[in-house]
Amino acid sequence: MLTALLILIPLAGALIAGLMKGKSSGFMAVLFSVIQLIVTAYMIFHFQKDASIQFSMRHSWISSLGIEFYVGVDGISIIMLLLTNLLFPFILLASNRQENIQRPAFYALALLMQAGLVGVFVSLDAFLYYIFWELALIPIFFIMILWGQKNSQRITLKFFIYTLLGSLFMLAGIILVYMKAGQQSFSVETFHNSRLSPDDQQLIFWLFFAAYAIKIPIFPFHTWQPSAYTSAPAAGTMLLSGIMLKMGLYSLLRWLLPVTSIAAMQNSNLIIILCLVGIVYGGWIAVNQYNLKTLFAYSSLSHVGLIAAGIFAMNMQGIQGSLIQMLSHGINVVGLFYIADIIYSQTGTLMVKELGGLRLRAPHFAGLFMIILFGSVALPLTNGFIGEFMLLFGLFDYNHWIALFAGTTIIIGAIYMLKMYQHVALGEGSGFASLFSEVTKNDKMILIPIAAMVIIAGIYPLPLIELSEASVAKLLETISANSIAK
Amino acid sequence: MTDLIWLIPVLPLLGFCLITLGGKSIPRSAAGIIASAAIFCSFILSVGTFSQSLDPSFQAYTVKYFTWFRAGDFSIDFSFLADQLSLLMLLIVTGVGFLIHVYSIGYMHDDEGFNRFMSYLNLFVFFMLLLVMGANYLILFIGWEGVGLCSYLLIGFWYKNNDYNYAARKAFVMNRIGDLGLLLGIFLLFNEFGSINYNEIFAMAPSRAAGSDLLPVITILLFIGAIGKSAQLPLYTWLPDAMAGPTPVSALIHAATMVTAGVYMVIRSNILYTLSPDTQTVILIVGMATAIFAASIGLKQNDIKKVLAYSTVSQLGYMFIALGVGAYTAAFFHLLTHAFFKALLFLGSGSVIHAMGGEQDIRRMGGLKKYLPVTHITFLIGTIAIAGLPPFAGFFSKDEILAELFSKNPLLWILGIVGSLLTAFYMFRLYFLTFHGSFRGTEDQQHHLHESPKSMTTPLIVLAVLSAIGGFIGLPVVFGENANWLHHYLSPLFVAGDQFVEHHAHLSHATEWGLMAASVALVAVTILIARNIYIQKKKLPVDDVSEKGFERVLARKYYVDEIYDAVFAKPFMMLSNVFHYLFDVLIVDGIVNLSGAAAMGLGKMFRKVQSGSIGFYVFMMVLGVIIMLAVNYLI
Repeated sequence: MLTALLILIPLAGALIAGLMKGKSSGFMAVLFSVIQLIVTAYMIFHFQKDASIQFSMRHSWISSLGIEFYVGVDGISIIMLLLTNLLFPFILLASNRQENIQRPAFYALALLMQAGLVGVFVSLDAFLYYIFWELALIPIFFIMILWGQKNSQRITLKFFIYTLLGSLFMLAGIILVYMKAGQQSFSVETFHNSRLSPDDQQLIFWLFFAAYAIKIPIFPFHTWQPSAYTSAPAAGTMLLSGIMLKMGLYSLLRWLLPVTSIAAMQNSNLIIILCLVGIVYGGWIAVNQYNLKTLFAYSSLSHVGLIAAGIFAMNMQGIQGSLIQMLSHGINVVGLFYIADIIYSQTGTLMVKELGGLRLRAPHFAGLFMIILFGSVALPLTNGFIGEFMLLFGLFDYNHWIALFAGTTIIIGAIYMLKMYQHVALGEGSGFASLFSEVTKNDKMILIPIAAMVIIAGIYPLPLIELSEASVAKLLETISANSIAK
Repeated sequence: MTDLIWLIPVLPLLGFCLITLGGKSIPRSAAGIIASAAIFCSFILSVGTFSQSLDPSFQAYTVKYFTWFRAGDFSIDFSFLADQLSLLMLLIVTGVGFLIHVYSIGYMHDDEGFNRFMSYLNLFVFFMLLLVMGANYLILFIGWEGVGLCSYLLIGFWYKNNDYNYAARKAFVMNRIGDLGLLLGIFLLFNEFGSINYNEIFAMAPSRAAGSDLLPVITILLFIGAIGKSAQLPLYTWLPDAMAGPTPVSALIHAATMVTAGVYMVIRSNILYTLSPDTQTVILIVGMATAIFAASIGLKQNDIKKVLAYSTVSQLGYMFIALGVGAYTAAFFHLLTHAFFKALLFLGSGSVIHAMGGEQDIRRMGGLKKYLPVTHITFLIGTIAIAGLPPFAGFFSKDEILAELFSKNPLLWILGIVGSLLTAFYMFRLYFLTFHGSFRGTEDQQHHLHESPKSMTTPLIVLAVLSAIGGFIGLPVVFGENANWLHHYLSPLFVAGDQFVEHHAHLSHATEWGLMAASVALVAVTILIARNIYIQKKKLPVDDVSEKGFERVLARKYYVDEIYDAVFAKPFMMLSNVFHYLFDVLIVDGIVNLSGAAAMGLGKMFRKVQSGSIGFYVFMMVLGVIIMLAVNYLI
């Protein structure tokens, strides 16, 4: 019941915010997202820390095909819900500073997207899951195309077609599993127990993988990302990078590894190597990027490459680490893109070479920036370290050499982040930088909690780990059981 | 005391939080007092805990606070270990740390970022204490990277200057290269032992070692971490640049404490190293090469802090030499005495720079002894201590290392002596040029020459006393079997490893006296040579541009920075552009766009198919049915 409520609250919010006018629509949207967060917190508080599916709801929907409205939450979903519903109030608040948007439409679209995202993370029926998957895409398409930079139409269209193409492959995959399993059901249990032949699994694996590789993105399916992040409005970039790409990572855990375990085992080497290329290559390119948002986009390619690689290591450390890191990456990247937006709105530029001296003019801003930055650089006692450590350790278990190459991310990450910080915040600064002044209370209301989360989750991450560890263990059991050919 | 040791690191952390969050509402005077008081309380607690350990019945103990994080069977506790090694380190960190805090109150008094400076110092001490108190390799790693962060923040303390910012960044990145080695070493330790807790690993190590190929790999990986943090070849170039930070930072972080973390880590893991003789050889070679290489650069530097920086690199090399021959106590002894005399020398140089109005070039100093009497005497004591004349601290610790080298191989002893003579020469060159002769600065500078305030000279005096007498805790065996207190105190740490060490015969007392006499005589001669050159002949170092031949190579530090830049930094940046423009935009994205264009093209082509001619549609339909039937039949 509560799970369905989590889909309904943002839908209702979208409706109401869409009908209101001007700033009050923003207020209403934030209000709904806070209610959503409170409900989520309530669920986390009452969540039994075991592997069972909780708060579930199951109704027949299109009974002739066995399609159900089947939603519920396990330890993996709950982390994703926390990620989505924790970040949304911040993202909505952050959009408050945007001047050139039609607020009611924007907030309605954003909340509609939240409903789609939550739906993806709680759906336990593959068909329902697919509907939410596509539902989440439509609002972000409009947000990007309506309020992006001048050249955003072409870029947005490319993003849309590219991801839609991937989704269609996935749809074909879902239908194939449904038919091959022959149980007249799309439920997650049916899918997990389908145990198809290795040949079928190969085909289905690649059909699903196409959708996820584009969404995450995994090298070489990433080229939509830098331009999309750069041209999208701030809120759009935060939604994309903070939450939406985690749809793909989450789906690997829920719909790919347990359904096509044999194929996943066979292909894991190849996929991990692709991820590895993304980790090093993304970071390496980020070193010489001078547009802040493009830089963060390539850095994101590097970070999510590590998360995906950890998932394909298919061990406790890798998968547990991927969940922690999805949460941490979401928090950090939203913080970083928000910072980029503050800089842009105050100085009118995102080019790091044109900035400098911000610390001199805005020490609080620079301090908060630094905390979030070191979270991203994975300094111990920040959230980034916990996830990155577990992921690297998971990869180390998988193969020592892969961990060595993936580990270079801690060096390259330090290079591009500190270089960027020096150009943007340190030094005397001139020109554009002189336009910058200390951030307002509203900005601090967003940056301080984010910085606090960076540190708190770095010092005491155990409650988060406890939420998901039983479900991850069960997932690993399912994978290993399914990886033995019937 | 046992239940209070968590306060030792937490107090400096609280100091940091208070000063940072207090912001402008905390006046300078209060910030200085808060920061110093926090360290002082930690020092008192450390002394209390240490005094308990002097009881013969003292047993090392571990205190667990909470589980930090876990994944499957991998679980990491937030726990502290109190044993002889960590307790002595606590004394050094909080003791020297406190003195440097007090000194900073005077030194940084007029800086607009005073509060920020004091808070960073507190944060540094917090991480350094975590590093030495942690009961497993991951708590060590928190401290390890944390002190790296503080080093970054403090090197770039004057962040308006982009050269300083660059030096800060360089330090952080070079350290991270080493940190990756350390991290992989920790992974491998867990793979091998199923734990990363010191107690469990060291207990298991002797029985596992026999059949393990991994131990040499583990120890090398950990050592790579030490190379980065302790500025050894080839990752040392960040340390001389780190002198961009305010001088108290150089004293505390880049001389006395942080850079010795690598030495501490190897001593902590001594059993693993004892069991990996090949790694020990590597350490010996790296240490020896660094000691001599850095000392030779020190000969031709004219920046007072740069001389001390290369000297630090070189002295750290000596500690690794000791580690390389398995003389862990000697390494620790040198770590301890070096903390005293190098902190003293840096603070002394700070006092000089303070008096000279920011001038750091010794070619523009000279004759300062009459203007800065306290600084002069204390600096002289530090110089004698590092040069290795008895009975000052550096003599005993260096002598112990040299004796260990001799008993291993007389050739090693000679190399060690060469390094120590170079040290004596460049240190006395520095001393003579700075304090003797006539003043070579501007009149304006001469007019303003003054001894530093009490808050600065008092720490100098305390450190000078420690540098003078600190060596007596480790007297050589020739003074009696039990003369060496340090050996006795630290011995529980090395019990497990002792059985694996081939006990070569002790040097005879006659040999040991002989070695000591030889080294003292050689050092004395070297000092006289330096005196002859720089006082009697009044020779001055030439301008940078007129250096010739090998001297120029030395003055330019063997061009290592230039080589690194050409071999690593430039190609790295160039490849970044190649990847971006050539590969990412042109090829990968090109293919994506091309397939998009192809789809459009196909669309145009098939549009012609939809011609509206019914006949054509029927034809296609029949063709389709036939194909389907055929496929069905064939499969």
